[in-house]
Amino acid sequence: MAKITYISHDGTERTVEAKNGESVMEAAIKNSIPGIDADCGGACACATCHVYVDEAFLDKAGAQEEMEKSMLDFAENVRPNSRLSCQIKVSDALDGLRVSTPESQH
Amino acid sequence: MDLSDAKRIVIAGAGQAAAQAVQSLRQGGYTGALTLVGEEAAIPYQRPPLSKAYMKGEMAEERLYFRPASWYEDNKIEVMLGSRVTSIDRAARIAHIQHGAELPYDALVIATGSRPRALACQGANLAGVHDLRSLSDVERIRPQMVEGRRMVIIGAGYIGLEAAAVARTMGLDVTVLEMAPRVLARVTSPVMSAFFADEHSARGVKILTSTALSHLEGKDGQISAAVLADGAKLPADIVLVGIGIVPNEELAKDAGIACSNGILTDRDGRTSDPHVFAAGDCASRPLVHYGRTGRLESVHNAIEQGKLVAAAILGQPRPSEDCPWFWSDQYDLKLQIAGLSTDYDTIVLRGDPTDRKFAAFYMRNGTLIAADAVNSPPEFLASKKLIMSGAKIAPDVLSDVSIPMKDIAAKAAA
Repeated sequence: MAKITYISHDGTERTVEAKNGESVMEAAIKNSIPGIDADCGGACACATCHVYVDEAFLDKAGAQEEMEKSMLDFAENVRPNSRLSCQIKVSDALDGLRVSTPESQH
Repeated sequence: MDLSDAKRIVIAGAGQAAAQAVQSLRQGGYTGALTLVGEEAAIPYQRPPLSKAYMKGEMAEERLYFRPASWYEDNKIEVMLGSRVTSIDRAARIAHIQHGAELPYDALVIATGSRPRALACQGANLAGVHDLRSLSDVERIRPQMVEGRRMVIIGAGYIGLEAAAVARTMGLDVTVLEMAPRVLARVTSPVMSAFFADEHSARGVKILTSTALSHLEGKDGQISAAVLADGAKLPADIVLVGIGIVPNEELAKDAGIACSNGILTDRDGRTSDPHVFAAGDCASRPLVHYGRTGRLESVHNAIEQGKLVAAAILGQPRPSEDCPWFWSDQYDLKLQIAGLSTDYDTIVLRGDPTDRKFAAFYMRNGTLIAADAVNSPPEFLASKKLIMSGAKIAPDVLSDVSIPMKDIAAKAAA
């Protein structure tokens, strides 16, 4: 289990309990977090679950695979801490994780 | 017509388009009565994994759900499962529900989806012959996915090939029958067909093209063989049928709403009745990037139309219309498709198929209309932008792997 806080573009914070093994995207969708579309449902096919990961958790969130890297290359407003949330697996190590969502996923 | 004071909205169907419509209606501030009527037993779920990770048993059922059951309660959405809208009284604006219930509506959204085209031959009803469309189909198929068993797949479309990849990975002996001279004939170009046929052959899938099925043979009611038109007999323990889908448009048609291979809608998803909308596989809508009308069978289409319909009902600005896109996972190959390649006049290859990382671009009159990208997200994502821009692009630029796709897209946008 991990508590994850999603910070929307307007600064609103929402904290949810996420289960180990599910993705940061899935936890967001289950809890109706706005700002994450996840059109493809987590297949790493659409790049609409872009988030910014709190610097303190960047390492714990795991490394980007080639596919994610190249998808992110085409997202809007990419920053060094950009990730696709469908590719971050929840684990105890991510307890307290904070991610922000961009203004738009399209 | 302004429906923004609607108090009762009924959604016929509970698939991807329906799920998106209810979500967008609530997100858009709609607080009135909202009823979802779905034929299947499960709350709305994603279908793509059914022929991919879920079929393989790598994914729990609850991970297929768009939203947990509690979400519908929390959002005051009445979910009627195992039921369906049987007819519409358009004059009285009442949806008749199976078993006699009636649901009055101010706006009705028909998101009834599609059904697998039925195999019309002897033996099609034998035990062990399956469609691959719903969760319950997979529940029936999966226990039979046992190493060494013989599976015959009828139809080499995306569903058939995805299932072949899963079954082969699980150690089944897999044969795919296709009437056309090549796999994926209806949906892609010869170069992509050849690539996927080679991939499957290399993995040990037998692909029989230009091959017609005569009938299925059984023993004690259980499938035992597929018999080909030339008399050859393929022993089979399981048969999967993947020969296309048919839109569920009858509800609209019977109510006198205009249909033509799908329920006809305008850009906002409105049918010929201003109180009735349609979205998803069952709807045929203007394809704004292509100057024609068409019915698309895809996740993107269902999501987008769900959003368009919700915005139209609430009188809100029309959401953006993206270029159509699709994907297919087979083995470790991710195929991402941007646009619609019908009517292309030129095909341009970028990269080498033998690297298992390449793209085929489809051009018409010097502009890009579609792309198939294998393990190549930049080619896919740049193509979406290029297609929507309508910019002229030189084929030798697209084929030049030394020019990053990002630069090509940026140049075209400038």
